[in-house]
Amino acid sequence: MDADPKGEELRVGVFVCDCGLNIAGAVDCQAVADYAETLPDVVCVVRNKYTCADPGQNEIKRAIQEHKLNRVVVAACTPLQHEPTFRACVKDVGLNPYLMEMANLREHCSWVHPGDKEAATRKAKDLVASAVARARWLEPQEETTVPVTKRALVIGGGVAGMEAALQLGDAGHQVVLVEKEASIGGIMAQLDKTYPTMDCSI
Amino acid sequence: MEEVSGYIGNFTITIRKKARYVDTSVCNACAECANVCPVLKPDEYQMGLSTRKAIYIPFPQAVPCSYILNMDDCLGNNPIACGKCAEACEQDAINYDDEDELIKREVGAVIVAIGLDVYDPTEMDEYGYTRYDNVITSMEFERLICAGGPTEGHFVRPSDHERPKRIGFIQCVGSRNPEIGRPYCSNICCMNTIKDTLLLADHYPDVQCSVFYQDIRAFGKSFEDMFQRSKEAGTRYIRGLPGDIEEDPETRNLTLIAENTTTGQIERHEFDMIVLSVGVVPPKDLAKISGLLTLSKTSDGFFMESHPKLKPVDAPTRGIFFAGFCEAPKDIKDSVCQAGAASSRAGALLNKGQVQVEAITSVIDADACRKCGACAPVCPYSAIKWKKGEVAVVIEAACAGCGNCGAACNFDAITMRHFTDAQYLAQIRAILAEDPQDKVFVFACNWCSYSGGDMAGISRMTYPASNRLVRTMCSARVSEEMVLEAFRCGAPVVLVSGCHYADCHYINANRQTVKRVQRLWNKLEKAGVRPERLQLEWISAAEGQKFAKVMGQMEELRKTVTKEEIEHAMEALKPKPRKAKKEKEAAAVTG
Repeated sequence: MDADPKGEELRVGVFVCDCGLNIAGAVDCQAVADYAETLPDVVCVVRNKYTCADPGQNEIKRAIQEHKLNRVVVAACTPLQHEPTFRACVKDVGLNPYLMEMANLREHCSWVHPGDKEAATRKAKDLVASAVARARWLEPQEETTVPVTKRALVIGGGVAGMEAALQLGDAGHQVVLVEKEASIGGIMAQLDKTYPTMDCSI
Repeated sequence: MEEVSGYIGNFTITIRKKARYVDTSVCNACAECANVCPVLKPDEYQMGLSTRKAIYIPFPQAVPCSYILNMDDCLGNNPIACGKCAEACEQDAINYDDEDELIKREVGAVIVAIGLDVYDPTEMDEYGYTRYDNVITSMEFERLICAGGPTEGHFVRPSDHERPKRIGFIQCVGSRNPEIGRPYCSNICCMNTIKDTLLLADHYPDVQCSVFYQDIRAFGKSFEDMFQRSKEAGTRYIRGLPGDIEEDPETRNLTLIAENTTTGQIERHEFDMIVLSVGVVPPKDLAKISGLLTLSKTSDGFFMESHPKLKPVDAPTRGIFFAGFCEAPKDIKDSVCQAGAASSRAGALLNKGQVQVEAITSVIDADACRKCGACAPVCPYSAIKWKKGEVAVVIEAACAGCGNCGAACNFDAITMRHFTDAQYLAQIRAILAEDPQDKVFVFACNWCSYSGGDMAGISRMTYPASNRLVRTMCSARVSEEMVLEAFRCGAPVVLVSGCHYADCHYINANRQTVKRVQRLWNKLEKAGVRPERLQLEWISAAEGQKFAKVMGQMEELRKTVTKEEIEHAMEALKPKPRKAKKEKEAAAVTG
């Protein structure tokens, strides 16, 4: 058993997502799951149909508690879509959200290699191995909370900028509206009538 | 806009308030100044179809309702040269010595609504816009038909001020035309022309309108109804864009030659006047605003949103939102809707009053810091303070987490939280543990290249399965050590990819990427390793196609790398003795 930088015993859980057929259609997810079991410090591997759905998330929470997991790898889609989902999920059962790592088996693998299951599966295994290797070195992090200045800037005084500024103003917020021309109004002010109602632009 | 600094919830902006030379607080828009001004200039508001004075009000309903003096047009800063307006002004509102003013404001959220520019059809010479007086643009049409326009709404043609009876409209001028680099649909021009034909039919029932089009896109609420009404009013719709327009020098009438794609016949149509239904283009200020706020754009040049479906008004940079045309061509109703959505998103942030920032900032180990100062100058945010002989210090609130300093530090004194060297080395070794010769190792920046890979996936573009991606926040996070380690582990090809050079999400951090890669190319060459095996590519978040293409090219390159070359690099790039400490740490990673 390897130790992380703080000397704690590592217990990694890997959750392989089928995403219906989005991943499972092009990648042999069972082979990926079997491979994940062989990776260092992995103590639990679960295959899900849809990991982001409630049953999938509950499975992660249950496994964290049951196997005392301190690192979680979700092998599913792009972190740019679901990292917040799974961070919130592990946080729910007390794990620091920064101890969750994702492997992108969908956007970067199954969706772009649909014709070659063997090569896609090989790549998926490497992506999981990479995520597990990274997860073993993850450390808990605390986010800083910063105050928000209660004033908005709107750049552009055309129809969109004016409307946005008015709505923010109506909601009681201070707004700074910046317009480069001598008057607000934008291109719309140059139009005669506007479709579909044929009313004047100004 | 002059300058923007800060981050979500805490932006500091500097605005240049341009000199107006007229005090808006006292100007009562009486027009006495303009009456005496001797200068005549084309009136921009009227599309140059009439004139204005050097001191003028942009249009009668302008806000602020005040005159403005254009100093470029004025007879001179020296009032002795003229000075008539100041004499005429009873309010003493005119001040020739007015100066630009820099205003600083703190804001929590920013809404970008910088609109559009109208396509200039000069380059499409076949339509004769610059040669024939009676070929006008749809914007000029707006002014000519408007009661507040130069002709007070009497619709006349420019050559003889006669009322045209036969009017041709040409659609998609500057839109859906890849040959001129404008492949996108401008969204509003079909409906605008339909509206124009209805206006003409209403004002002059004897006018005959003909519209030449590729497709009529009347998809919005009550749009189809308008289209049918236009046809019922007698407008002819002819499918086919003209190839040429000829002018009769006598009558100044125009003959338009077009293939009617419905009948397959070449047709000639004579008109008194032709209106070019011009498309819209990204505003010319977009690049400047993009640079100030570190935004990126899609391939058509408009701003790129955080997610095309789920976060359509959020910019990838937190705390910044889009409204209106600058995000994509849209009409007034959609602009108003999006403005509402953007103000609601911004309002939610302001109401919350506080926000959490990701824990990915830089941390300096004061004991390990050798006080060399290599980190401070590469920080795009000036978030590292360093003085000669002192330990460098990070201002956490100013750090955006690009990792440039981490890659620049030669003494392992900088740790990027959540994106540490140890994590990357572990990933490199795990990926290249087996059959490295079959793999292309890719570093991809979070904002552009990784997202470009996502875009390729979402668009189901296929490419060879040999690539293995590792995500860095910025391409500037990729240290020399990380690249060398990949070669040491047997990677045949390493690709470093990031945002386009001028579009770096971290202001200009990727300039350091270029420098680092150049240094590495030199190192590889010295070590007898083919420098092409290290590649650098800029791939934006919108460029799924480019991502797929580059991955194909990398695979072709990989096939050219021999077993001997790989083995030579593994040996030749072994760390030198002074890196012994790093190697020891690296050994620990392998476990």
